[in-house]
This record gives sequence, structure tokens and C-alpha cells, in this order.
Amino acid sequence: MELDPFMLARMQFAANISFHILFPTITIGLCWILLYFRVRFTLSGDKAWEYAYSFWVKIFALSFALGVVSGITMSFQFGTNWPGFMERAGNIAGPLLGYEVLTAFFLEASFLGIMLFGKERVSNRLHLIATALVAIGTTFSAFWILSLNSWMQTPAGYRIEDGVFFVESWWQVIFNPSFPYRFFHMLNASLLTAAFLIMGISAWRALKQVDGPATWRVMRTGAAMAAVLAPLQIWIGDLHGLNTLEHQPAKVAAMEGIWETEKGAPLTLFGFPDEEAKTTHFAIKVPKLASLILTHEWDGEVKGLNEFEGATPPVAPVFWAFRVMVGIGVLMLLVGWWATFTLFRQPLESRIEHPWLMRALSAMTFSGWIAVLAGWYVTEIGRQPWIVSGLLRTSEVVADHASATLMGTLLGYVGLYAFLLVSYIAALRYLATKPARSLSLLPQAQRFHKPDQEGV
Amino acid sequence: MDLSFWLPLFFAGAMGLALLIYVLLDGYDLGIGMLLPFASEEEKDLMIGSIGPFWDANETWIVLGVGILLIAFPQAHGIVLTALYLPVTIMLMGLILRGVAFDFRVKAGDARKGMWNALFAAGSLIASAAQGWMLGAYITGLSDDTTGLLFSALIAVTLPALYVLLGSAWLLIKTDGALFEKAIRWGRNALLPMGLCLLLVSVATPLVSSVIADKWFTLPNAIGLLPIPLITATAYAGLVWLFNSPVILRSGYGWLIFAALTVICVMASIGLGYSLFPEIIIGRLDLWEAAAATESLLFIFWGTVITLPAILGYTFFIYRVFRGKATALSYD
Ligand code: HDD
Ligand code: HEM
Ligand code: HEM
Repeated sequence: MELDPFMLARMQFAANISFHILFPTITIGLCWILLYFRVRFTLSGDKAWEYAYSFWVKIFALSFALGVVSGITMSFQFGTNWPGFMERAGNIAGPLLGYEVLTAFFLEASFLGIMLFGKERVSNRLHLIATALVAIGTTFSAFWILSLNSWMQTPAGYRIEDGVFFVESWWQVIFNPSFPYRFFHMLNASLLTAAFLIMGISAWRALKQVDGPATWRVMRTGAAMAAVLAPLQIWIGDLHGLNTLEHQPAKVAAMEGIWETEKGAPLTLFGFPDEEAKTTHFAIKVPKLASLILTHEWDGEVKGLNEFEGATPPVAPVFWAFRVMVGIGVLMLLVGWWATFTLFRQPLESRIEHPWLMRALSAMTFSGWIAVLAGWYVTEIGRQPWIVSGLLRTSEVVADHASATLMGTLLGYVGLYAFLLVSYIAALRYLATKPARSLSLLPQAQRFHKPDQEGV
Repeated sequence: MDLSFWLPLFFAGAMGLALLIYVLLDGYDLGIGMLLPFASEEEKDLMIGSIGPFWDANETWIVLGVGILLIAFPQAHGIVLTALYLPVTIMLMGLILRGVAFDFRVKAGDARKGMWNALFAAGSLIASAAQGWMLGAYITGLSDDTTGLLFSALIAVTLPALYVLLGSAWLLIKTDGALFEKAIRWGRNALLPMGLCLLLVSVATPLVSSVIADKWFTLPNAIGLLPIPLITATAYAGLVWLFNSPVILRSGYGWLIFAALTVICVMASIGLGYSLFPEIIIGRLDLWEAAAATESLLFIFWGTVITLPAILGYTFFIYRVFRGKATALSYD
């Protein structure tokens, strides 16, 4: 791989978006969970739910801050790295990004203030509404940006004049063919990521014996979510794949490592794709299964990479990333059910009887992140060499910065991100290690004035 | 009515407004970031507490400003951001550092608090200086000859002074006691460099292009425009006077400083807007050449007309909820 400016611009964009997506993935899901805690407290008056809220809102705020600052970087990246993209597709991408700012960013950023610091200043109801508005805002964010990304994958509702895209129908642009699948798959991914995060940290607290009543309610919430959402995710993922097969068959061929078009294609479970030799070494295959999954027929025809000469994505990263995502999806299903069957059959605080479950859960704290990154790599690398599928090549829109400049800023970003990621995880660890408050020790009136007492 | 004429105008105005609001709002919290090293530990918590509920929304205005550039003037967006690649990158890193330091300083444990305080200040300074550089470069028409670079460097060292002043002004509204007195001193020290920044920008713009010079210094215009420098000078004189009459500030008129600064910034943007119009990049591209397709602009126009007032409405509401003197923040 040569480090020409084009490669460097891609690496830089990929590094920034990969860092950014980690945090929205948490906040989109976590905010709805916080709302649930908030509602439970309002309905039951059970203090443990309030503590659950006040513990997780801190982690939410930290994740949100990281999401915001890396997102601001993203909003400049289109111009700095892909000026050609905005010049050619700006008529479509611009308004979608604009609606994201207008309907989502201001909403979440503004009401976040009340959500975090406003408890003493506004009524209970207004505080609840503020939490709900932030949750809605994060979801709107995902709506608009995924609409744009989906349009780049499966463009619709446009016409091209002199190489510039114009809109024919906004409805078709926004609700383009892959959008519903991508939107729900991503939303569900966020909820799953957040579910495993809250379970993982709660389990870790149980292992360190710094848990309290709220810890157990949180863990159960996560378990129930995982048990329901993991199978749902697999199902939506399957539909998503079928949709991709229809619109981006080259991507699916790379995901499955299918080199030649064939009828009754086998499913490759593992192997080492080799693009030079156009074959997969040491492949473990299940006969006819790929045809069955993709066409729902034993002898259905599946297009191979040979059909897309000159416009195929790199095979190995797509192939591997897909297996990582699906592998974690299946693991989430198993662990989610295990946790649910164990935790809901017993009284709330029976922690130590299940050390293995606790270890498994805390090991999976960040599994959602890995699956999400893997999923996005399938999506984005699988789209190559196009930036807008079939219409505009990535190489046509790149900015012409000097390699040295790009290399310098790339190293700067990567160093900064590595530092922040380490700090983020260290901060979560620090917050999670603080002993839980005993519910009886804390008089109501004192609560607001003790900034140092953290942890539940 | 010819939409392809009016829509780019509307969006140029909206972009100017978004950036003006950005400078005023994020200006004060960046300013507070730069002032942090000069405060005692307790005052630091108070200063951060005074911007806690606001900084995130403040920062969103630059996303909107750049967003409009991208939405409405995609051609200019590419040119500007390619030319300003380095300062933009540096600014982003500064904004990243200060945005996260804000949260980490209370959550990463007391042992690290000092480091995050330092990063908060450094990030604020870096971001402010980079913005100054970008402003300078933009005014010189993105030229990269020595004069252009020198000029950008000068703005880069003086624009932070404006933010420091805004930061002090914010503290004069939100605090009292020892910190209030410190804020008066800080503000007074920043007056001179900020005046210099103002003067430089005003003098440089006509020098860069004879077209701009003609706009300002030919006769009928010159008289009509006179209020702009006059009002600015009056507001500046007002600032000097207020800072030297702390009795007034102490008796509840601290907000006057912020008001005067707002007047100055509004005048400066009107002046700048007048100089530039109808160009979006001096000497290269005008508004209409850079504009996106009319149907795209119309689609986002309706969204803007509906959401912008709502955004202003709830921004106002949030400031009301958190009115009064600041307290150190707790997340509980
Ligand atoms: C917790 C995260 C997570 C989990 C467990 C899964 N996915 Fe996924 N997947 C994503 C998170 C994700 C994602 C990061 O959110 C992606 C990237 C783009 C998108 O919309 O969703 C994605 C993309 C994505 C694509 C790419 C479609 C395209 O680009 O055209 C397919 C085919 C699947 N997924 C299918 C699956 C299947 C069959 C799963 C079964 C286990 C699965 N995903 C689990
Ligand atoms: C939903 C919003 C997104 C948009 C609009 C978007 C857009 C883009 C653009 C413009 C490029 C550069 C051109 C190219 O190389 O194709 C790109 C590449 C890339 N993106 Fe995304 N992206 C989005 C989300 C993501 C996420 C969340 C991730 C990862 C977690 C991601 C990972 C990548 C990678 C790895 C590349 C480089 C692919 C390559 O060049 O081989 N993207 N994307
Ligand atoms: C190229 C693509 C992207 C760009 C240009 C972008 C831009 C931004 C910006 C500017 C912010 C900060 C908003 C603020 O000031 O409050 C932000 C935050 C956010 N973004 Fe992105 N983003 C991209 C990809 C994505 C993707 C793929 C998702 C989710 C599916 C997403 C979801 C969010 C959410 C929920 C937030 C709120 C802050 C947070 O929760 O951390 N973004 N983004």
C-alpha cells in the first residue's frame, strides 16, 4: 500500500469517523436507557432508579462531550478532505447535513444543559422532558446522517447534469432503498452497545464488590434489552444483507468471498481471501448455504466478483470485518439470554453466585464498539471504489494536499484519539470503582450539595 | 420574486448571523478557558460552573456556520477549507482538547485534575488563535504571500484578546467577590490588544483590495457608512471608561461590558459584510457563483425559517433557567 495523498486522506477520514462513531453509538442508546431510569423513578419513587440515573448520566455526559468534539471535526472533514464531494453532490448532501444541525444538534446540545445541571432549577417534569428531548435529538442525528450515508450507498431521486447531482425528489433521496434497513440496524446497534456497556460495568462493580441496589436494577435492564434486541439485530441484519445484494452485489460478493458467479454457492465460514489468486485459502465451506441465505433457494444464483471487473472493493477487510460483526452478534445473543435467564430467576442481589456470568459480562463491556466498527468497515470499504455507488469515484473528489501535511495531521489525530480513548476508559474505570452509596446514609437535602459523592 | 437571486442572499445573511452568535457565545467560554490558569482552585470550579450548561450549544453555532457554507455555497466551502486546512485542523484539535477536558477534569479523579485544567486552557488558546489566523487569512483573500501570512499571524495573537474580554464580561455577570475583581483586572488587560485587533482588521480590509477601498472611501458611501466606525469607537471608549469606573460595574452593571462588546462585534460584522459583498471569497467567487442549486436551497430554506426561531427561543429559555450567579457544578 502506497501512502499517496489519496490513501492518506482516506485513512484520515476513516480514523476520524471511526473515533466519532464510538460515542454517538453509546449516547444514542444510553439516552433512551436514562429516560427509562428517569420514568421508573418518577413512577415508583424507588431511589435506586434515581441513583442509576445520576451514575449513568455522568458517563453519558462524558461520552456526549467526546461525540460532540469529534463530530465537529467531522463537519469540517468533508471540506478539508473531499472538497470534490461537496462540489459534485453538495445539492444533496448539504441539505441533509443542514437538517441534522437544525433539528438535532441544537436540540440535544441545548437541553443537555438542563438534563445535566438543571435538576434543582426546573420541575421534575421539565427535567424529564429535557431528557426525552436529548434522546430524540440524538436519534434525529442518526436519522439524517444515515439518510445521507444510505444515499451514498444506494442513490435515488437525483439527476446528473455536467457531473453535478441535482435533486428530483427529496422523498426518494431521504428514504432511499437502503435507508430503512441501515437506520434500524444502527439504532438497534446503539441500544445493544449501550446495553452491554451498562451490564459490563455493573458486572465489574459486582466483581469488585462495590455494587449497590441500583447496580442490579441496571444489570437486569441491560440483560432484558440484550435478550430481545440481539435476535432482532440478527434479523434486521439479514434483511439488510438481502437489500445490499439487490443494490450492491459486489459488496456482498466481497463479504462472502464469492469469486465466481455460481448456482448453489457454498457459505464460507472462515478462510484467507487472496485477491491476487482470486481464491480463498483454507476455506471452511458449508455447501449451498450462501445461496440459501441470499436467495432463499438451494440452487439460487449468486453473483461473484468476476462480474465487477475494475470496480471491486478490497476483499479481505470486508470479508473479515463481516465475520467479526456477525460473530459478536451471535455472542451477544448467547450471553444476553444467559444473563436474562440467570438474573431474572433470582432475587435481585445474588451477585456472587454467578462469578462466570459476571466475568463474561464485564469482558463484553465494549463488544458493541467492535461490532459497530466492523459493521461500518463492511459498509464503507465494501462501497469502494465508489464514494457514491456506481456514480462517483472516491479518487475523483479528493483534495490535493501534500503528503507530508496529511501525514503530520493524521499522526496528530491518531495520537490525540489514542490518548482520549485511554483517558475515557480510565475515567469509566475510576467512576465504576467508587463504592456505591448506601441508600439510607444520604439525607435528601444533602444530595445536591455534595459534588464529590459519586457512585451508586 | 427571483429565488435564485434571493436565496443565496438569505443564506449569506444566516451564515453571518450564525458566525456572529458563535463569536459572542463561544467567545466567552473560550475566553474563560484562557483565563483559567490565573484563577485559584476554587475559582476554577466556579468559572467552569458558569459555562457548564452552555458551552456545548455555544459551539454548535460554528457547526451551523460551516454547515451553511457547505449547504448553500458548496464551491466556496471546498476552496476555503482546502486553503485553510492546517489552521482548521489545529483549531479542531484545540476544540477537542478543551471540550473533553471540561468533563474529564471532574471525572478522571483528583490526581489528574491539574492536567485537564491545563489542557482546557491550552485547548482554548489554540482554538482561539487558530480562529484568528483563519479570519486573517480569509480577509486577505486566502493569499499566502508574506504580508498575508504576517497579517494572519497578527490577528491570531489579537483575536484571543477579544475572547478574553468576552470571558471577563461573562464573569462580571455570573460571579461576585474576589473573582469579580479579578475579572475586572483581566478585562482591563485585554482591552489594548483587542483594540489593536479591531483596528488591524478595519485597516487591512480596504488595503487588500481596491474594490473594497472604493466602497468605503468614495463620497456618498463614506458618509452613509460613518456610523459604523463612530458607534464602534464610542462602544470602545465606553469599555475603557467602564473598566476604569469599577464602582459602576460593582453596582450590578457588569452586563454593560458584554453589551458594549456585542455592539462592537455587530458593527465589525456589518462592516466586514459590506466590504465583502457580493463576493464570498475576495477576488475569486461571488455569492451566486458559489451557490447550490435553487431547489436544494429552497428545501433547506423552509427548514431554517421554521427551526431557527425555535432554536433561538429555547436558547433564550436555557439562559433564563440558568440565570443568576454561578455555582460550582455537581452532576448529582
Ligand atoms: C452492535 C452492533 C452490530 C451487530 C451485533 C450486528 N451489526 Fe450489522 N452493522 C452494524 C452493527 C451491528 C452497524 C455498525 O451499525 C452497520 C454499519 C452500517 C449500518 O447501517 O449498520 C452494520 C452493517 C451491516 C451490513 C452492511 C450492509 C451494507 O453496508 O450494505 C450487513 C449486511 C449487516 N450489518 C448484517 C448483520 C448481521 C447478519 C448480523 C448478525 C449477527 C449483524 N449485522 C450484527
Ligand atoms: C453515516 C455517515 C457517514 C458518511 C456520510 C460517511 C462518508 C464517507 C466518505 C465521504 C468517505 C470517504 C470516501 C471513501 O473512501 O469512500 C468514507 C470512507 C470511509 N468511512 Fe464513512 N461515512 C459515514 C460513516 C462511517 C462510519 C460510522 C465509519 C466507521 C466506523 C466509517 C468508516 C469509513 C471508512 C473505514 C472509510 C474508508 C474506506 C476506504 O477508503 O477504503 N464511515 N465515508
Ligand atoms: C460523516 C459523518 C458525520 C458527520 C459530519 C457528523 C457530524 C457531527 C457533529 C458536528 C456533531 C456535534 C454536534 C453538536 O455540536 O452537538 C455530531 C454529533 C453526533 N453525531 Fe455525528 N457526524 C457524522 C457521523 C455520524 C453517524 C454515523 C452517527 C450515528 C449513526 C452520528 C450521530 C451523532 C450523534 C447522536 C451526535 C450527538 C453527540 C453525541 O451523541 O455524541 N454521527 N456529529
